Amino acid sequence: MLELALKGSKRYYAWISFLVVLIAIGSTAWIDQLMNGLQITGMSRDVSWGFYISQFTYLVGLAASGVMIVLPNYFHSYKTNKHMVIFGEFMAIAACIMCLFFIVVDIGQPQRMMNMIFHPTPNSILFWDMIVLNGYLFLNLLVGWTCLQADRVRLPHPKWLKPFIYTSVIWAFSIHTVTAFLYQGLPGRHYWLTAILAARFLASAFCSGPAILLLVMMVTEKFTTFKMPKNALKTLVKIIAYAMCINMFFFALEIFTSFYSNIPGHMHPILYLFEHASSGLVTLMWTFIAFAAISITLLVTPKFRNNLKLLPWTLVILVIATWIDKGLGLLIGGFNPTPFETITPYWPTGKELMVSMMIYATGALVVTVLFKIATDVKEEMGHSQVLPCGCSTEDHCDCAPAEEAE
Amino acid sequence: MKNNRRTFIKLAAVAAAGLAVAPKAAVASSGGHSPAKVNAKAEHAKQWAMVVDTTKLHSAEEINKLAEICHKTHNVPHIEGKKEVKWLWHDTYAHTFPEQENPHLAEEVHHRDYMLLCNHCENPSCVRVCPTKATFKRADGIVAMDYHRCIGCRYCMAACPYGSRSFNWGEPRHGLDLSKLNPEFPTRMRGVVEKCNFCVERLAEGKDPACVEASEGALAFGDLYDPESPVRKVLRERFTIRRKPSVGTEPCVYYII
Ligand code: SF4
Ligand code: SF4
Repeated sequence: MLELALKGSKRYYAWISFLVVLIAIGSTAWIDQLMNGLQITGMSRDVSWGFYISQFTYLVGLAASGVMIVLPNYFHSYKTNKHMVIFGEFMAIAACIMCLFFIVVDIGQPQRMMNMIFHPTPNSILFWDMIVLNGYLFLNLLVGWTCLQADRVRLPHPKWLKPFIYTSVIWAFSIHTVTAFLYQGLPGRHYWLTAILAARFLASAFCSGPAILLLVMMVTEKFTTFKMPKNALKTLVKIIAYAMCINMFFFALEIFTSFYSNIPGHMHPILYLFEHASSGLVTLMWTFIAFAAISITLLVTPKFRNNLKLLPWTLVILVIATWIDKGLGLLIGGFNPTPFETITPYWPTGKELMVSMMIYATGALVVTVLFKIATDVKEEMGHSQVLPCGCSTEDHCDCAPAEEAE
Repeated sequence: MKNNRRTFIKLAAVAAAGLAVAPKAAVASSGGHSPAKVNAKAEHAKQWAMVVDTTKLHSAEEINKLAEICHKTHNVPHIEGKKEVKWLWHDTYAHTFPEQENPHLAEEVHHRDYMLLCNHCENPSCVRVCPTKATFKRADGIVAMDYHRCIGCRYCMAACPYGSRSFNWGEPRHGLDLSKLNPEFPTRMRGVVEKCNFCVERLAEGKDPACVEASEGALAFGDLYDPESPVRKVLRERFTIRRKPSVGTEPCVYYII
């Protein structure tokens, strides 16, 4: 099926070349890092993890989120989602690849990476994180690819795949839980030392992940004949709305616990993020609150939620809000205050951002190629194709005859 | 040119010293079942511990002097700024005991400087999180590091509640005066974590840690589980506190206030 990725329009090739250029530019910074060490980053003795690890954390959410399409389909036989499942799985593959890549660029001795396997250490959460991430990548590759191949030759999905699919659904929860445990079990890091962190991670994953997926799908619709079934879209938006509300509720729980208990260690990181940090970071954190409020308002009001013109903007706002919270604030808040109750500011350097850009571009490349294959197969099969009226072939559409009548 | 060659020969000597030390470290970590001979004079303990008498040792200059000896002994690179590498250093009362701050503390206690180093915790979180066993606890309680095993994930730094670990962000040998290297101890490479090792290499020869030796009695060192050890003697007689006891790592460095 890979050959489908090779035949494409000029625009497709232009996009691919653009991504390759971005990767090439970013890799110069990575080569610099390989030659000179992590000193090119803004990390320090006190803030020993930075942008790389926080991007990894955010993307694990994207990987886990595919389950929000897969689960209704397989556990509740919600067949409206059927033709979206493959995109959730392919998105998860790209996200896992980016996650693993971010870990590789973050470690100081990447050539010794295999030490994790040669000396397996079950008491380290990082060991389990490696297992669950690689496992999830494998499961999605297996399930996604096999299903698509079966679709292409018009065969039912093979029976032996079922256990793998059910495993992958449960596995999706594990990858985010284990990643939360990475932070959650550390003594002396007050912002992370909270039992609700794993739940917060899942909630934020299940709103930001599908939101990113929907945005990518909207772009896909623009350039292919694929069209999301209306009902599948609506269900997904509702899931996003619920997850975002729960996400912010959990955040409010943290605030209450910290400030009503009045324990300094628990208040410091929050006060730092929202009050004492550099003005740029404080502005960002308040942007997070404002954007979260706006996106929730837009999502819970049916009038705004069902407005397809407004929806992309709502999703963008939501993604920005969750990214500031989890892709930036979580990490900085955890390391500041330091073990000495002092503050060592952290901000990513340009080179750090370039390396990150390289990884994001790689992810985009993987998504493009996989989505290209998936949409081509769907087109061959006539699944979820766009009708002249703008509906999908999966919808019970009555606008087409009306148009003909005109 | 000449200079280069000299540097090279020195580096080669250091590398050779490193090779010589490595097998000894392997013996120590394998629990003593190796046929290799252990130094007959080596000191043994169930859990090494240290007591810092802050009534005697509390000025920045005095602590700096000890730090210098420690850093020279272990070829710890000198790097300025927030990417620094340090095994032994000093800080204020508020930063050392943030949970035991008290606005009306005796001024004199508040103005002292406190010596900081790895606490060689009995229940170390850094060992718990390390994914490669590069950080491990020896039979004598010392939390040691295998610099050749470490992948530089810095998980241990996030896990240590005392900020006791440093990472070599750049090439550490650039921060060393190559003409003053200690050939008895290896240097490190970039991309690995390092920290105080309670001078295992000196204990193996029957000597006290370098800082204890140079402290003129302000530091006591010994086995926490031997009632006759110097450490236990002091702990019996004087009131001591430890850093962040609430996190449950059971630090083995005690402070007489
Ligand atoms: S002080 Fe930190 S680095 Fe040292 S043993 Fe304890 S937890 Fe580990
Ligand atoms: S940085 Fe090295 S010593 Fe620390 S946890 Fe990672 S592998 Fe272990």
